[in-house]
Amino acid sequence: MDSHNIMFIILAVIIACSSLACVLAKSIIRAATYLFFALLGTAGLYFLMGYTFLGSVQVMVYAGGVVVLYVFAILLTRGKKDRLSENTKTKIFTSALLSLVGLGIVLFAIFKQEFLASALDAPNENVLPIKEVGTSMLSTDVNGYLLPFEAVSVLLLACIVAALLIARKR
Amino acid sequence: MIELNYILIVSAIMMFAGIFGFLTRRSTLAILLSIELMLNSADINFAVFNRMLYGQSGNTEGFFFTLFSIAITAAESAIAIAIMVNIYRLIKDTSVDKLTKMKW
Repeated sequence: MDSHNIMFIILAVIIACSSLACVLAKSIIRAATYLFFALLGTAGLYFLMGYTFLGSVQVMVYAGGVVVLYVFAILLTRGKKDRLSENTKTKIFTSALLSLVGLGIVLFAIFKQEFLASALDAPNENVLPIKEVGTSMLSTDVNGYLLPFEAVSVLLLACIVAALLIARKR
Repeated sequence: MIELNYILIVSAIMMFAGIFGFLTRRSTLAILLSIELMLNSADINFAVFNRMLYGQSGNTEGFFFTLFSIAITAAESAIAIAIMVNIYRLIKDTSVDKLTKMKW
């Protein structure tokens, strides 16, 4: 049992518990907090796989940006509390049954697969060096991603304008 | 010994927790939180499959798919929250039961 295996178990427990708590919490601001921990655990998984750039992007964009945006929106639109008990028992039971059956099918498929399963080795940054990420993001070769990069920047610009237009006071 | 594809189990749990929340929540913001969970588990899957199938061989399609997917998620949640704030200004409630009129 190496240290990164223990780290994986800790991260898995954090992610599973906080995802469940996120959908079961009574108060919506608590649900946002649990979502924050689930997203940080995901960043930890990316670091563990060796994708350090992806982990930092996850921490910066999701944990730093999206969750803060959600908390602001929750505080701005503070209405009645979101109650799970407003649903009928049948609806909660049906939803839980559907989710558990789906989870069972997916877990069965995962355990029966024959992928090239490799052991989870110690995290190192040589899996995908930052230099390679930067060059392939701005190159037009076969492995280049310049077109989606520019498309995403145009999309973000359009999104800023649209968010201002939708949420402005009139 | 932990294998790389055990991460898929974690992401499956996250995905179905999100689906359960999507089906049971009443408030639109809580539904959006569940959608974030589902999107995030899909992102984990892209990264894990890229790591599992290509490793250090230099093929980075899953990695970049995750990267652009995170950027698109940020845009999506910004627009969705703008719509929520607007709805709250109009009818003072963001529960799905009250959102029956989709007009100005």
